[in-house]
Amino acid sequence: MNIVHADPRGVDSGAHFMDGDHAIAEGALAAGCRFFAGYPITPSTETAERFAERAPEVGAMFIQMEDEIASIAALIGAAWGGQKAMTVTSGPGFSLMMENIGLAAMTETPIVLANVQRGGPSTGLPTLTAQQDMFQARFGSHGDYNIIALCPDSPQECFDLTVEAFNLAEAYRTPVFIMTDETVGHMHEKVVIPPADQIKVVERNLFTGPKEDFRPYRFDCQGGHPMTRAGDGYRFHVTGLTHDERGYPLMTPAQNQVVVTHLIEKINGNAEHIIRLEEDQVEGAEVVVISYGITSRIAVRAVAEARKKEIKVGSLRLITVWPFCEQRIRELAGQVRAIVVAEINYGQMVREVERCAAGRCQVVSVNHCGGAVHDPEVITKAIEEACR
Amino acid sequence: MSTTEIRFSGFGGQGIIRCALITGKALALYDDKFATMTQSFGPEARGSACSAQLVVSAQRVLYPYITAPTVLMALSQDAYDKYHPELGHGGTLIVEEDLVKLGGHDPRLQVWRVPATRVAESLGNRLFTNLVALGFFTAVTGVVTAEAMKRALPGLVPDRFLKVNIKSFEQGYEHGVQLREAQAPAP
Repeated sequence: MNIVHADPRGVDSGAHFMDGDHAIAEGALAAGCRFFAGYPITPSTETAERFAERAPEVGAMFIQMEDEIASIAALIGAAWGGQKAMTVTSGPGFSLMMENIGLAAMTETPIVLANVQRGGPSTGLPTLTAQQDMFQARFGSHGDYNIIALCPDSPQECFDLTVEAFNLAEAYRTPVFIMTDETVGHMHEKVVIPPADQIKVVERNLFTGPKEDFRPYRFDCQGGHPMTRAGDGYRFHVTGLTHDERGYPLMTPAQNQVVVTHLIEKINGNAEHIIRLEEDQVEGAEVVVISYGITSRIAVRAVAEARKKEIKVGSLRLITVWPFCEQRIRELAGQVRAIVVAEINYGQMVREVERCAAGRCQVVSVNHCGGAVHDPEVITKAIEEACR
Repeated sequence: MSTTEIRFSGFGGQGIIRCALITGKALALYDDKFATMTQSFGPEARGSACSAQLVVSAQRVLYPYITAPTVLMALSQDAYDKYHPELGHGGTLIVEEDLVKLGGHDPRLQVWRVPATRVAESLGNRLFTNLVALGFFTAVTGVVTAEAMKRALPGLVPDRFLKVNIKSFEQGYEHGVQLREAQAPAP
C-alpha cells in the first residue's frame, strides 16, 4: 500500500465548531478527494455545500448532477480517470444509487458515499433521524457482492472516518459507505483537524509495468490490485458483465463463481484488518449493549444507569458495521447472558447479532422506527430485564 | 459532573441558531469545555418558533439533547410561551422585554428582561438584537466568558459587521453586569 501524508492544500487544520455533514466534506478533502458529484437531499446537503465552497481553493471539481443515478455514475467515471471521488445522499437518493453501487462493486471501483440517514421508507421523514438503511447499505443492489460501511458517532468521527473510508476504498478497491444519521450530521461539536503531516492517506495503486502486462483485475480474494487511469495508454475494459482479468466479458457460470467469490472474500477475508470496534467493560459482563452511530452515545448513558444498579453491563460500539464483526459476537455469545441491540429502525443489525449468537445467549432488540433517538431509560430497562 | 443545558429560542430570522453556534464555539474552542449544539431543523426553523439547544459540560457530552434546561433565552412570545414550562426550579429565564409579555411561568425562576431590540436600534440596526441578548446572557449566566464569546465571532458574523457585532455584544454584556450587580432580576 502506498501510504503518504495528506496534501496540505486539502487540510483545514485546527479546531473548529462544526457539524457532522461539514466534517465529512473536510475529511474527504483531507483524504485527497478532488471530485464530488451529487444531488442535494435533506439532511445531507450541507456536505455538498461545504465541498462546493472549498473545491476552488483546493483544485477539486464539484458537479451538481441531474439526479442520484447520474451522480454515482460520475463517481465511477472519475475514479477510473484517476480521481478519488465521493457523493453524499439520504434515503431516497440512496435507493436511486443502488444500481450503480452494484456496478462500482462489480468493477472494483474505489468510491466513497455518505448516507446521512433520515426516516423512511420512501420520502419518509426528511428532517428527522433514523438508522433504517443499514441492510440496504449491505444488500441493496442486486446480485452477490460486498462493501465496507462505517458508522460515526460524532462530527469528529465524521472527519476521521471519512479519511478512513477513502483509505479503505483504495486498499480494497471497493465502495465504502459512511452510514451516519441526521442527528450526527447536523450536530455541532468541536472537530480537530490535524496537520496534514499527521494524516495518513492511501494513494491510488497505479500500474507502472509494461503496457502489455497490465490487467485491471486479479481474482485472488485480496484487494488493492493496481488500476490505471483512462487515457494513460493502458488497454483495459470496464463492464458490469462477468469479466476476465482484462475486464472483458466472460459470461460463464465458472467465471461468475471466480469473480463473485473474489468480491466477497477480499473483504470478508480481511475483516480482521478492516473491523474497528469500541468496547467498554465487556470482560466479565452479564449483558452487553451493542449499538452504533448516534444510538451508541445514548446507550452510554443507559449503561451508566444500569451500572449504578450494580448490573454487570458492558458496551460494544460498531465503528465498522460492514463487514459485520461475526467472530466477536460468536465469542461474546458464549460469555454473556444477553446481548441488547439498540438501533433506530425496526430491527436490522440485531438480525446479524442473532445469526452469530445462534441461540447461545439471549438477544434483545431495543428498537423504534425513524424520527428520534432513544430515551436512555428504555435501554436501561431492557438491560435490567435481560439479566433477570 | 455538572452539565448546563441551554435553550435559545425566538422566531426564524432573529439569529437564534447563530446565538447557539457562537456560544458553542466559544465554549468548545476557547473556554475548554465540551459543547454539543443541536437545532430545530426543517420548515419549523423558518418563521414561527425556532430553537437551538446547547449542552455544556466539563466532560464529553453523550446525550446531545437538553432534557432539563437550566437556561432559557426567549426572544419571542411564542418561544416564551412554548418553552418556559420546561425550565426547572431555579432556572434562568432571559426574555426580550419589548417582545415578550411575561405571565404564567414558575415564580421560582430567575427572570431577566433585556431591552435588546432597543439597544440594537440605538447601534443602527435591530439585526444586532441577538448579539445584544447574547452579551446580556453571558453576563448574567456566567456559563461562558466574554473573551471566548468575542473570539468566537469572526467567521460567524459577516466580516464587515464584525465591529458592530462586538459592540452590540459588549453593550448587552455591560447592561447585564449592571443588572446583576444591582441584584435586581425582574419580579
